[in-house]
Amino acid sequence: MWNYTNKVMEHFRNPKNVGYIKDPHGVGEVGSMACGDALKLMIKLDDQERIVDAKFQTFGCGSAIATSSVLTEMIKGKTLEEAEKITNQDIVDYLGGLPEQKMHCSVLGREALEAAIENYRNGTTGKRELEGHVVCVCFGVTENKIRSAIQSNGLTTVEQVTNYTKAGGGCGGCIPEIDEILAEMNGKKPSKKKHARAAKPQPKKLNTLEKIRLIEKTIEEDLRPELKKHGGDLELVDVDGNNVIVKLLGSCTECGISDFTLKTLIEPKLRQRVSSELAVMEA
Amino acid sequence: MKKVVYLDNNATTRVAPEVFEEMKPFLTDLYGNPSSIHSFGGEVRKFIDKAREQVAELLVAEPEEIIFTGSGSESDNSAIMGALELADPDKRHVIITQVEHEAVLEVGHYLKGKGYRVTELPVDRKGALALDLLADSITDDTAVVSVMWANNETGVVYPIEQIVEIVKSKGVYFHTDAVQAVGKIPVDLSRVPVDFLALSGHKLHAPKGVGALFVRNGIKMPPYIRGGHQENGMRAGTENVAGIVGLGKAAELAMERMSADAAHEKRLQDKLEKGILATCKDSRVNGANKLPNTLNVSFEFVEGESILLMLNDLGICASSGSACTSGSLEPSHVLRAMGVPHSMAHGSIRFSLSRYTTEEEIDYVLEHMPKVIDRLRELSPFTHQIA
Repeated sequence: MWNYTNKVMEHFRNPKNVGYIKDPHGVGEVGSMACGDALKLMIKLDDQERIVDAKFQTFGCGSAIATSSVLTEMIKGKTLEEAEKITNQDIVDYLGGLPEQKMHCSVLGREALEAAIENYRNGTTGKRELEGHVVCVCFGVTENKIRSAIQSNGLTTVEQVTNYTKAGGGCGGCIPEIDEILAEMNGKKPSKKKHARAAKPQPKKLNTLEKIRLIEKTIEEDLRPELKKHGGDLELVDVDGNNVIVKLLGSCTECGISDFTLKTLIEPKLRQRVSSELAVMEA
Repeated sequence: MKKVVYLDNNATTRVAPEVFEEMKPFLTDLYGNPSSIHSFGGEVRKFIDKAREQVAELLVAEPEEIIFTGSGSESDNSAIMGALELADPDKRHVIITQVEHEAVLEVGHYLKGKGYRVTELPVDRKGALALDLLADSITDDTAVVSVMWANNETGVVYPIEQIVEIVKSKGVYFHTDAVQAVGKIPVDLSRVPVDFLALSGHKLHAPKGVGALFVRNGIKMPPYIRGGHQENGMRAGTENVAGIVGLGKAAELAMERMSADAAHEKRLQDKLEKGILATCKDSRVNGANKLPNTLNVSFEFVEGESILLMLNDLGICASSGSACTSGSLEPSHVLRAMGVPHSMAHGSIRFSLSRYTTEEEIDYVLEHMPKVIDRLRELSPFTHQIA
């Protein structure tokens, strides 16, 4: 079905640099099983901060495996500065092209590289935490990531944003927001639209009772139906200041990525609907 | 042509050689339009009548209850839209299930957009429906209920006999998408009082481009496609004579061979299932109470498209419920409705056999499958984490 180039198939069939490095200098882990795409990149540097070895492990489709393989080939021998300049488009060009709907695989590759370098420089965990406002809760895509993809690749349509980041490819609820971001970044709407966004009134400070009621409402209307689709469920245990303590039920209890669900669906949704100061944790 | 081990029969099947033979005259010398007055055209009509009888016999129905269509999807659409037209205009509620084929699901979404209330019944972990939930969902304004006879992805067979009893007791129209069931398992409409049933030619060794819709006697089916008077005014368009004749012959073959075919397929399916579960750890079957030919297996920590690409290099044809292979970015709606966790849904593979599948082919798959899975697990970051 997918029209993969020979280069993509070559790297899929015989991927280079598969595996792991003992005592790596940098590790970048991006994506997840829930997304259907996950990449773990490890790099080893010499005294001049030149990448002497790179290894990868990928859970994903033909494009995902091929882009990971190509990425490791491209960065070996480069200094960190040189490697940092590699864009997702460079990866795609090396492969001779990727189907539009698979562009997000190249973006994932780029993110893993960033994460590995950041991990080396700042000792940050290498596992990308979601920073900033999550636009797409189905796939855990932040506003930063969307803006960055639009910027680097000159995207102009929602479909392209979905192809490059997956945002909007699930329930579609975030599509209007993606539209707004596109319009703003491509300068289509007058700047007063920008001000209109900034001027969105902050939700008025809720008293404790109102906060709990709104949390319950969000759980009932937005979260439980979504989890039930996967056979899971959610129960509110307690609210302690800004801490929301929940219990995951049903198939969530045996799910390996329930943390992911907590951080990319439950917490952002509650922050969006109730208060940006909330933190969600499991009982 | 390189060796092909075709295990994707739920997607489409080979045209049986006997079917092809039967069709040939209508693609060469007997090309007349059956509605013509001249005998050159008119005498083609009796072959259509014969095909109609053959399909009716397979379903244990009357020939006049069979309408030939262009596809299973067309039959599904016609039936549901037809039922709505026939029902009381106040009835604006439609019930389907979460695991229906897109040809039914999309009709549901369309109707939702038009202001109908559409209930999508959930299924359990094994893919089964809760009958009491179905009964409770039927209200005074329910116009039609649609439940598939067998699921295309998992092969799960639904207890249509019990379901239709519940639905008919409330006086509501019942439609079933039997595209995957007809030809594989007995479908006896003299015992199971459905109102509408859809079937598709290319799923039972007839050519693509022909299907049929059963409409029970007594129901005045409004035409979905308007125009000429073909199919008793119920479906306009010059008949796909060759296709229809092919479908008739395929139906006759299915009747003759169903038990033997089912036994053959079941034996090979069991061998494949046992073999895979034994040699590939962290794998599990999705769905219970299934068609004899369908096996849907999930492999943890690996992704479906990459499995299919590797199988493709070996000449093995199957399909997957992963996000990467669907048109969208979400994995199969059927597996999600069954509560299959994402880690398993993305790594699901469907093998669907036919009467032409040989034991050698199954052995070939069993020989290579563990190597494919092991190779991809070597590549996967999740395998090592658990290890």
